[in-house]
Amino acid sequence: MVRLYTDDLSIGYGEQLIIKDLSVQIPNQKITTIIGPNGCGKSTLLKAITRIISHQSGAVVLDGKNVAKENTKILAKKMAILPQTPESASGLTVGELVSYGRFPYQTGFGRLSKKDYEVIDWALQMTNTSSFKYLPVDSLSGGQRQRVWIAMALAQETEIIFLDEPTTYLDMAHQLEVLELLQQLNKEEKRTIVMVLHDLNQAARFADYIVALKAGHIVKAGSCEEVITKEVLRGVFNIDAEIGIDPRTGKPMCISYDLFKGEK
Amino acid sequence: MGFLRYFCRKDTTMKTSIQFSLKFVIGLIFLFVMFGISMVYGAASTSLQDVWQALFSNVKSDSINILRELRLPREVAAILVGAALAVAGAIMQGVTRNPLADPGLLGLTSGANAALAISLALIPGINYFGITIACFIGAAVGAVMVFGIGAMKKGGFSPLRIVLAGAAVSAFLYAIADGVGIYFKISKDVSMWTAGGLIGTSWSQLQMISPFIALGIIVALILSRQLTILSLNEEVAVGLGQKTTQTKTFLFVVVILLAGASVALVGNMAFVGLMVPHIVRAIVGTDYRLIIPMSVIAGAILMLLADTIGRTINIPYETPVAAIIAIMGLPFFLVIVRKGGRVFQ
Repeated sequence: MVRLYTDDLSIGYGEQLIIKDLSVQIPNQKITTIIGPNGCGKSTLLKAITRIISHQSGAVVLDGKNVAKENTKILAKKMAILPQTPESASGLTVGELVSYGRFPYQTGFGRLSKKDYEVIDWALQMTNTSSFKYLPVDSLSGGQRQRVWIAMALAQETEIIFLDEPTTYLDMAHQLEVLELLQQLNKEEKRTIVMVLHDLNQAARFADYIVALKAGHIVKAGSCEEVITKEVLRGVFNIDAEIGIDPRTGKPMCISYDLFKGEK
Repeated sequence: MGFLRYFCRKDTTMKTSIQFSLKFVIGLIFLFVMFGISMVYGAASTSLQDVWQALFSNVKSDSINILRELRLPREVAAILVGAALAVAGAIMQGVTRNPLADPGLLGLTSGANAALAISLALIPGINYFGITIACFIGAAVGAVMVFGIGAMKKGGFSPLRIVLAGAAVSAFLYAIADGVGIYFKISKDVSMWTAGGLIGTSWSQLQMISPFIALGIIVALILSRQLTILSLNEEVAVGLGQKTTQTKTFLFVVVILLAGASVALVGNMAFVGLMVPHIVRAIVGTDYRLIIPMSVIAGAILMLLADTIGRTINIPYETPVAAIIAIMGLPFFLVIVRKGGRVFQ
């Protein structure tokens, strides 16, 4: 039984729809990756599913309830969101930032309970950021900062975590570090992960389920083997791709690609 | 001190909470000292003993009456306005994540000013309550105009663009106020209200205005935790389960109350709301549960200081307190522009 799905979801204003009648199911306890060219509506879809932006018609359904009508605090205990490259106030410490993940569980002036402190420490440990606890967030490197934000999402104790391009602006090693952390959370903690990624090979390597978008509709959704194919990549990115098998992971990978000439 | 414990307990660690109580108490001591200084020094210098008698006895004499009826209401007004503008500035900076936000720079003050002029022109003999309400409406209109212009271009909420919009809208609204003043031959009345600063503040005015400022500050304290989350990032706030539209609406009303009430009391006053939150952040960090109460104290101290300087720097003439604040505020503004909001780093 799929917990989260969209039903004929349309997003946009008036006649200008960014996403039109999109229905997708997010498999439980798997890593789902949304791919597609710039401007295809990947981030928009992610934001609509997580109620950051409202949609025009259709519905997002979580546990049988319409997300648009559900209490936002209850939702915040079920799904956490890491927006694209969030900035933090200067001087904010790592411990403080992660403690804000407990916001949905607090009332009134928000005094942290013993349980809150335990969860915060656990989230820091999971993301290997305990040693930064008292450092200002803006003194950290890009990769460390991303891990701290993931720790905040973890402190929210949600089964589902959404991330919008979590590897942007990171070098290759740090990209891998973030993705491996997410994989570990999926495998060990059984978290459902939904993320937008730019890199096809990273998507193929880490995702169980890939949703390929183009111009606001789904070209193909399925396993890596079903989506990372010559035909789908032509349809989505308009590229002529050479698909091979990654000798280390056994997953499909795009070895080389060209633009289709004369078809712009 | 129950109040103190209430606000300190909720911090992340016991250590920082003790640190904050200490800073808060030191701030309060500074405030009392500054209040004492401002009461003693002035065109007619008085002694500490007179001040004591004026505050805590029924003794009547000329110098004590001056203190009771002229200087005391004036310094109480300085405390209220300083606190109100500082809190309004802190809220605006938090909500817009714009380090240059200030009620005086973003059209609220000039809007209240224009509304004041129009209400004096159209409703002869309008009472003080009516003027206060007009100031609230004007502040709201000014703010909506500035943010409306800022939002016209996509991605338009850049700090400097908003400040430019604020400058343009303020110039326009001041021109309206001047125009109305000249046309209806009431410019003297208008300038008495708006440029008078703290001179001539009466107890009856304070009675009228102080509930609005108190209400604004209390609601700001209640919403301070929401403001901290909102100041991080709007999408993060939604993700954490905040009703952001509702929170922002409440905070907007609080800012309008505080800025409008300040104009009704002292007229135009820029830079207090800009400077104080930056200074306070350097002392207590980025949590608005600490920033708001500390801004109350620091704003009050700054206004008392500016008013005392204004009264004593060129005796027997008064230097307008707005000018004193502007002299301090402008360099501050330039530093913030240059450092992108990180003044003390």
